Amino acid sequence: MSKKTKIQTGHRKTFGQYFLGHWQLYVMIAFPIIMLFIFAYAPMYGVILAFKDYKVSLGIWGSPWAPNHGFYNFIRFFGNYNFRECLRNTIVLSVYSMLVSMPCSIILAISLNYAKNLAYKKCVQMISYCPYFISTVVFVGIINMIFDNRSGVIGSFLFNNFGINVLGNAGYFSSLYVWSGVWQGIGFGAIIYMAALAGVDQEQHEAAIIDGATLLQRIWYVDLPAIIPTAIIMLILNMGGTLNIGYEKILAMQNQNNIAMSEVISTYSYKVSLVSTFPDFPYSTAIGLFQSLVGLLLILITNKIADKLSGTGFL
Amino acid sequence: MKRKKITQDKVVYFINYIMLTALLIAVLYPLIYIVSCSFSSGDALVSGKVKLFPVGLTLQSYKAVFKYQSIWTGYRNSIIYAFVGTIISMVLTLFAAYPLSRDDFRGKKIFTVIILFTMMFSGGLIPTYLLIKNLKMMDTMWAVVLPGAVSAYNIIVARTFFANTIPKELQEAAEMDGCSDFRFFTKIVIPLSTPIIAVLSLWVVVGLWNSYFNPMIYLNSQDKYPLQLVLRRILLLSQVNLNQSNIDPETIRKNQYLSEMLKYGTIIISTLPLMIIYPFVQKYFVKGVMIGSVKG
Repeated sequence: MSKKTKIQTGHRKTFGQYFLGHWQLYVMIAFPIIMLFIFAYAPMYGVILAFKDYKVSLGIWGSPWAPNHGFYNFIRFFGNYNFRECLRNTIVLSVYSMLVSMPCSIILAISLNYAKNLAYKKCVQMISYCPYFISTVVFVGIINMIFDNRSGVIGSFLFNNFGINVLGNAGYFSSLYVWSGVWQGIGFGAIIYMAALAGVDQEQHEAAIIDGATLLQRIWYVDLPAIIPTAIIMLILNMGGTLNIGYEKILAMQNQNNIAMSEVISTYSYKVSLVSTFPDFPYSTAIGLFQSLVGLLLILITNKIADKLSGTGFL
Repeated sequence: MKRKKITQDKVVYFINYIMLTALLIAVLYPLIYIVSCSFSSGDALVSGKVKLFPVGLTLQSYKAVFKYQSIWTGYRNSIIYAFVGTIISMVLTLFAAYPLSRDDFRGKKIFTVIILFTMMFSGGLIPTYLLIKNLKMMDTMWAVVLPGAVSAYNIIVARTFFANTIPKELQEAAEMDGCSDFRFFTKIVIPLSTPIIAVLSLWVVVGLWNSYFNPMIYLNSQDKYPLQLVLRRILLLSQVNLNQSNIDPETIRKNQYLSEMLKYGTIIISTLPLMIIYPFVQKYFVKGVMIGSVKG
């Protein structure tokens, strides 16, 4: 009986039969997969360079292994006086930026959700996405102009009234980086939370209103719990990038005055290899590998914790 | 009790509007300021006289931009890179996303893992750099366009969209009628997926148009520089080439003004194309992020 029904519902073909009927799907997916093997997986194989004593003439594979069982480049990096400074700057900037930008986007999403005037809401949304389209170079150019202590409108105001030189003092770098990032990304970041809010069951709100809940209570007890799963997924995704935060922007923002606070691991590894007159490729590769491994580890750990706490891990 | 509640809610709504307005001003003010600066005279810019509206209204900064040849070369290159790069990237993304969106596709798991893993781990700067060098792509358009062409995130977004919008029955019916998978993909799936194609294309265009790091490390010849690299020289390195062979102090001062004005003009001119397309794709844009937020 059971055999018969199985036949009726169409028996499961073998892979060979399936392939004959649907080979076109495999041809299609072959193109992107090949591209990934060339441009993503081949460089992963290239990290072997981190364990080598690289000689250009011998190539990556032919070069001898580095001293200390191949870990010479890592030992050099961890022992370098730049390491601690770079690591500190990287962590300060990532954590600061994560702590600030996520709550800002969530607040904006809730705020927009309760703006009753639709036209006004649309207008705020549309304008708040705008800065997202400004390129890093132009954006940093704008920052430099506006905060210039002589000719910039905000910079000259702060300098003349409070004696604060925003661009000239390394101490302000992290705040400038983070809050300018908020300015650029808040609207875009809010979209995803608005999607989560749109999924809130209206009956819950009605029930809360009948029970006499105030607006703030409804936000706290109905809306926030709906946002948390999304926020956790965003957190997991962001965690992986902790050590490779926006190096394009940081590199563009760097100047002589802020270098003590703005040198992060990515920019350092770029400078010792592609900018330096004595490029040190294995050293830079080792730094890159360290970053990637820490990133992977952080993703896995946060995912595990999120899964344990609330069942919202996604891997 | 009830009245107290209502007044409290009213206050919260009111504060909410104040917050939104504050945000609006905070976002708009720098934008207006830059536009105003681009219409102001060099003298007003250097002495920081512009606060909100243009001072000494003039079109000189735009004239300077139009005369600055390398901006236009950069413009042309950026358009070519963005156009070619977007087509390649979209074809690859959709080719990966469609098979993955089908329940009956065998090997879905392994392909998904191959694609997702690239989101979590990468070889890093130097191995990629050496790869581009070994592939003889240095100083060519391909170094800018190809390495980031397959984005795992975009594939997941497109896959989710296909899985939720293309009815399974439609595909089964087409199969009964002897329609091949590829034909179904081009004749049915693509026409039904314009919103997601618009969104992903927008993301890719924005990414390519705005990137400067990859072009900076892979391109050497100045005539291949995309706009962002030209802008980098003007805005960040202040290397403006105005043929400053003259040592007459009056000319030097004028040139200093001119290079300052040039900065504001270039900001406007370079950001304009995206700002022009943006209102047209805005509704798709929001939709795309929402689809992407659906748990993969």
